[in-house]
Amino acid sequence: MWKERDEPEQNTLARFEEVILPHMDAAYNLARWLTRNDHDAEDLVQESYLRAFKFFGTFHGANARGWLLTIVRNTCYTWFRENRAEELTTSFNEEIHSTEADPFDPQKLLLQRESSQLLKQALEELPLEFREVLVLRELEGLSYKEIAVIADIPPGTVMSRLARARTRLKQCLSKLLNTEG
Amino acid sequence: MTCTDIQAALPGYIDGELDPLRNLEIEQHLQHCGVCSKTYKADQTLQTAIQTGAQYYPAPADLRKRIRSSIPQARKGEPVFPAMPWRWLSVAASVAVVVILAWNLVPRPDGLDAEQFVAQEVVSSHVRSLMASHLVDVSSSDRHAVKPWFTGKLDFSPSVVDLTDHGFPLIGGRLDYLDKKPVAAVVYKRREHVINLFIRPAAQDSPVEHKPVARQGYHLVQWSKAGMTYWVISDLNDTELQEFVRLVQISP
Repeated sequence: MWKERDEPEQNTLARFEEVILPHMDAAYNLARWLTRNDHDAEDLVQESYLRAFKFFGTFHGANARGWLLTIVRNTCYTWFRENRAEELTTSFNEEIHSTEADPFDPQKLLLQRESSQLLKQALEELPLEFREVLVLRELEGLSYKEIAVIADIPPGTVMSRLARARTRLKQCLSKLLNTEG
Repeated sequence: MTCTDIQAALPGYIDGELDPLRNLEIEQHLQHCGVCSKTYKADQTLQTAIQTGAQYYPAPADLRKRIRSSIPQARKGEPVFPAMPWRWLSVAASVAVVVILAWNLVPRPDGLDAEQFVAQEVVSSHVRSLMASHLVDVSSSDRHAVKPWFTGKLDFSPSVVDLTDHGFPLIGGRLDYLDKKPVAAVVYKRREHVINLFIRPAAQDSPVEHKPVARQGYHLVQWSKAGMTYWVISDLNDTELQEFVRLVQISP
């Protein structure tokens, strides 16, 4: 690990640019999926970067992307608490929903020309806590351990939450596929 | 294990998060259990569908600009370790032997050994390739275009393999420098993750195998084979990166 030396401020900035800036796509992708719109995602990523810079001294060089994504995730949740509190409290009743849907046929999804649009719609319908683990796992390719730190849940919870998220996603997709005809 | 146990562990199996013993148990169960193997196939297809079909939102260019200007401007392109004490030696030395001596005798800043030092250079090269919009000098997904491009620019011929079918499309090639020597950088992608593969002739005393290391959020793997040394670096997760390494290693 790289020790912090008494660097002049210029070096801290250079290091920040080298270590944290390259992960902006990951930061934006997470914020965009969580907020579901460009404008808020841009504001939140910018705010996250300012926070990251302010707290850069606390970063000890292990996992820059994970460190930044934790800040992005917290910034987004603060924003949700202040602006979209209902999204945080909407709890999904899995019992009721799980009885209705037809079994999910993945081949049907692959045959759809608009499968990317359907996926987007289904993912955006998921509760926040499910959406975030799926984005971190499938789009960022993060490990359970990394996801646990970012989503602030015990490592043992990651697998079960992902399982529930996928079940829910399959239900959404089969509903959408059936209405599409 | 019962079907209930298997179904509970399937996500971990699909995500490559289980230990080898557990993996084996599940594999054996899937071979003779139709119900579980159907669930497994559906979940795996779903995973592929998300990974390849769901949109990845890259940061818009104007946001990038806005963030760069909102964070006080720093001098760019500075080396990670400015004013290295050994630097003047290598400049002054006209004989390679002197350089090698300096290499071994002069302690590195931060107490890095040679291997760690090169590892840090690999990270820096990777980061620079992502930042400076200079990812590739030759942009092609055709290995028959990338490999010949290196001819005449290097005194060795790096192997360039086509891994598109395995989900690692070739992006192109770039000339880079590691430890003051030219290297071939072959660039691949997995989804939105860039993978830099650095290749150069192995030093004589170079150990053959190294453990993967994590640096600044990147995974780095180094190995030597048939007189060449390879470094692979990416922010891709360890499991998929190991798969990439395996594919490169088994290709002729």
